[in-house]
Amino acid sequence: MAEFLALSDAVSRFVKRGDSVALEGFTHLIPFAAGHEIIRQGLTELTLIRMTPDLIYDQMIGSGCARKLVFSWGGNPGVGSLHRFRDAVERGWPRPLELEEHGHSAMAHAYAAGAAGMPCAIFRGYLGSDLPRVNGRIQSVVCPFTGETLAAVPALRPDVTIIHAQKSDRHGNVLISGIVGVQKEAVLAAARAIVTVEEVVDDLETAGTNAVVLPSWTVHAIAVAPGGARPSYAHGYYQRDNAFYTEWDSIARDRDRFRAWIDAEVIHGRSDAAGATRT
Amino acid sequence: MTYTATEMMTIAAARALTSEDICFVGIGLPSAACNLARLTHAPRLTLVYESGTLETKPRVLPLSIGDGELCDTALTTVPVIEMFQYWLQGGRTTVGFLGGAQVDRYGNLNSTVVGDYARPKVRLPGSGGASEIATACHRIYVVMPHGVRAFVDKLDFLTSLGHGLTGRERRALGVRTDGPTLIVTDLCTMRPDPETMEFAVATLHPGVTAERVRENTGWPVRFHASVEVTPAPEAHELSALRDLLQRTAQEHGVH
Repeated sequence: MAEFLALSDAVSRFVKRGDSVALEGFTHLIPFAAGHEIIRQGLTELTLIRMTPDLIYDQMIGSGCARKLVFSWGGNPGVGSLHRFRDAVERGWPRPLELEEHGHSAMAHAYAAGAAGMPCAIFRGYLGSDLPRVNGRIQSVVCPFTGETLAAVPALRPDVTIIHAQKSDRHGNVLISGIVGVQKEAVLAAARAIVTVEEVVDDLETAGTNAVVLPSWTVHAIAVAPGGARPSYAHGYYQRDNAFYTEWDSIARDRDRFRAWIDAEVIHGRSDAAGATRT
Repeated sequence: MTYTATEMMTIAAARALTSEDICFVGIGLPSAACNLARLTHAPRLTLVYESGTLETKPRVLPLSIGDGELCDTALTTVPVIEMFQYWLQGGRTTVGFLGGAQVDRYGNLNSTVVGDYARPKVRLPGSGGASEIATACHRIYVVMPHGVRAFVDKLDFLTSLGHGLTGRERRALGVRTDGPTLIVTDLCTMRPDPETMEFAVATLHPGVTAERVRENTGWPVRFHASVEVTPAPEAHELSALRDLLQRTAQEHGVH
């Protein structure tokens, strides 16, 4: 059964130095407040897993949280580069970053394989691509029925998955709606799961619908964090702050300006959702 | 009506789409071209974005592939794993739009690194969905501005398969889809030679010389036997595109 905790307690209890951690949310419902809490608690040596690292991993990589990144698209969507990610890869600042690079299809399949308790994911992919030459974890298998050569990647099994959702009920059942991404798969693939929510309600009102609901017994901790996905968005609550995504390009381009931003907005921020509450 | 080279490129790309297409859309130029097509000559064009939004009809261009606008205006939204398993790998999309930092004469694309992979000069975002879009969509259109750093003799990294390093790799790998059949740039449109699969100039945009295309292409570029002039943008195409971009800028808080 999920336990209701303050975000700081949820992170300190369930995330350890050196863990593999997936903060998922495909553009929508990105768990910024939880990522900022990880930065505040000074957790390091993490293997960060995420299809689209986005601004949150740019902030965590630039803050020195990560030893390794497992990902499939590392850009600022519609804007350009993630400059802290690039600085880590191109110049090793603030520390070198090991990469395990995939495509989106592989990452999505690998989460689903993790959720299904399978050792690997099999799909038709990477045909003619150089990615298998730089990532030894991309292999192939031959279909025993047709002889077709298919791509195989190991299942993703994070130590901890953290997601942000619209709401939970008082029993700790969680509702996600809108662009639902890979959150269900990422939670079910993980050894431990933390969910931050906009609000706790009496009734999720999902009877008779096929909404994405994570039962309370698949989640370890729930923390209430209103605005916890800003500057990404929570469908039905607030919109994506596209202007901040654009502004981030100039903040992250410069090491000193980046550090000053983290210090002001995250370290000395106003709440659990500090920095994310700036809009 | 005067127009920019980027407007010509976007309009030429939009014209390649039809109301019968089911298009897997990337962000940026492809998104503008696909939505322009839907607003002009191809009103029944079906757009899907990798965030899982099926049959979406955004009023403004999304900044990311997962903006709420896409979900609000979609027929339905599916999980990302389902998007890649059933809708892409299952062969349900007729056209995929791709771009990249580099393209070669066979339409292979690099969106991973400039320089060596282990010690890159420029770390690019990476594949995203592209490595599978390139082989799962029935055909691929590439939209990229021309320039010698982008249209290269040899890619630094092959992220997404075009026709391979010799033009014959698709069949050798058992890929049954057509691959890239069109490249649209700010100077011209290019189509592959049916025998060699090497891309050659098919049309030159109004006022662009063959020499200018040669200067901006990193390999000795060929021309099809009869190169025509791309029809100039029509007034209704330009106004639809400009209205779309203006609505988008207002929505995103860019003035």
